[in-house]
Amino acid sequence: MTFPHLLKTAALGLKTNKMRSVLTMLGIVIGITAIIIVMSLGKGAEQLIVSQVQGLGSKTIIVIPGREPKGPADAAQIFSDSLKERDLELLQKKANVPTLARIMPILFGGETGAYGSETYRLTIFGASPLISDIFDLFPKEGNFFNSDDVKGQRDVVVIGSKVKSELFGDAPALGEKIKIKGKNFRVIGILPKKGQVSFFNFDEAAVVPYTTAGQYIFGIKYFHRFIIEAASDESIERTVRDVQTTLRNSHGITDPDKDDFFVETQADLANRLGVITSTLTLFLTAMAAISLIVGGIGIMNIMLVSVTERTREIGLRKAIGAREKDILSQFLLEATILTLMGGAVGIVLGTAISFGISVVLTQIAGLNWQFSFQFFAMFLGLGVAALVGIVFGYYPARTAARKSPIEALRYE
Amino acid sequence: MALIEVKNLEKTYADEDIKTQALRGVSFSIESGEFVAIMGPSGSGKSTLLHVLGFLDRETSGTYHFNGRSNADFSPEELALLRNQKLGFVFQSFNLLSRTSVFDNVRLPLMYSEVPEAEWDERTEEAIVSVGLWHRRDHEPSKLSGGEKQRAAIARALIMRPQVIFADEPTGNLDSVSGKQVMKILQELNEKSGHTIILITHETYTAEHAGRIIRLLDGKIDSDELVTKRRTAVEDFIK
Repeated sequence: MTFPHLLKTAALGLKTNKMRSVLTMLGIVIGITAIIIVMSLGKGAEQLIVSQVQGLGSKTIIVIPGREPKGPADAAQIFSDSLKERDLELLQKKANVPTLARIMPILFGGETGAYGSETYRLTIFGASPLISDIFDLFPKEGNFFNSDDVKGQRDVVVIGSKVKSELFGDAPALGEKIKIKGKNFRVIGILPKKGQVSFFNFDEAAVVPYTTAGQYIFGIKYFHRFIIEAASDESIERTVRDVQTTLRNSHGITDPDKDDFFVETQADLANRLGVITSTLTLFLTAMAAISLIVGGIGIMNIMLVSVTERTREIGLRKAIGAREKDILSQFLLEATILTLMGGAVGIVLGTAISFGISVVLTQIAGLNWQFSFQFFAMFLGLGVAALVGIVFGYYPARTAARKSPIEALRYE
Repeated sequence: MALIEVKNLEKTYADEDIKTQALRGVSFSIESGEFVAIMGPSGSGKSTLLHVLGFLDRETSGTYHFNGRSNADFSPEELALLRNQKLGFVFQSFNLLSRTSVFDNVRLPLMYSEVPEAEWDERTEEAIVSVGLWHRRDHEPSKLSGGEKQRAAIARALIMRPQVIFADEPTGNLDSVSGKQVMKILQELNEKSGHTIILITHETYTAEHAGRIIRLLDGKIDSDELVTKRRTAVEDFIK
């Protein structure tokens, strides 16, 4: 039998039992839909993370106090106060870290801010004016504080857009004073709406000079992070080494395993997060694949029923000249059409749902989420669907092909 | 050379260790162009014989030559080709595909053949017209009467212009008028078109339309004789 006629014959077989065909297909539809959604969301999450990490600039190096957590038993935060003013001064010296372009200490934490009777939970950033450059923060009203404000421990604050609207509403905020930890801070700048930048939401932030933050808000004499920028992409590694050496010398450490700080580059971060998301995607895809196996068994089951029901038809076809391979192809094609159609529906459904999710994430959650239609996932979906049809359709089809014509014709 | 030649044909069914001997040494030959009726009570082995002759089943022992060639020499592929090109089957229960029009049912054997597709429609029309069902070509079998169904099945058997038509109780499920129509068609196929016809029946009346009657009893040939006063379906219509 030629392929077009084989196709028509198989399609007719499926049409005769429309409801059953649709229900059988459902297993495959669900499986492929799940795979498409998981893959699309996985890719979206990866892109989101990469774009956020890159938002900080690839030359950025972060020094974190404490021992790098290597296992669950590690007490990660035992040296959390290890980054001091002295370290900052040492790192700033060209002789110690020649490839360091700039360095900024940073402190952060949550604190309540008040204006009149309004209060709001702020994310306090104690930083140097460099934060403006590094995180691309430029006030839409007023200015950022400068290095004199830092040196003089001045009580000035730059607030995020959400902070402005929560505390002041539509009233002007510039020049007004916010009370944080019992101290008044003069608002000198208001940031535009930014959404999420890297892992921070500056809309809810109050940025103050790090000197002021350490002294009056947090009451600590150490820093939460050093943010360092290397002179060039090529010098990142060297900068990391020099920073480590300088800090070890400063802290009197000889064994690198005993470090009371660790250094993270943006590349490390991106890699680590990438591994997490791709592992997660793989795991979820495997879960979705299980539903495909279940769907495939459903198809096998129904095809076996169909072969038994159509025993007489098989006998007749053999009596009028069908060869074993004609019957085999007919039933195999029926199973494959079922799974391919299921796969196609699954792809459309999965794509639509992922698109819906991306709309929700961008519009409602405010994430910089990009919907990605993945051709690879589409072909994978169709390929897997066809494979399921062939694998699970083969046994029933062979059963049909091997029926003796006379036993098939006699079947009641 | 005879078209069909069987010698000492035996067939034993083994069903869960209980052996049933359906044919116990049957020998005869049929020439091309004959109209042979095989008769016998149920269980006499007539259906088994037809299945072996129609290459739907294999004998347990003995020999069967078709056109001088032993059936042991045919590969499964060749058997399929033979059933498609040389043999036509008409069954008691019609065996038409449901939800498929008369036209598509009759056309079915062409799909398994080497006949070029350009000729399919013409051949199908010719076959359907020859059994007088052209006005019913778009109907599905469920919309047809028993006689119409059997005529559609005959058209399907004819479409490949086979050498032999095997008819297994073709009138068994039909009323007498439809049965006569079917017999008339079979007789015409034999006389006008020269088809060899092998008919199975348990009714003497139906068997007398043939030129020769082979009677089976308990898997053996009881008698094999020519019909002296042959019935013609047309005559019956006149009466």
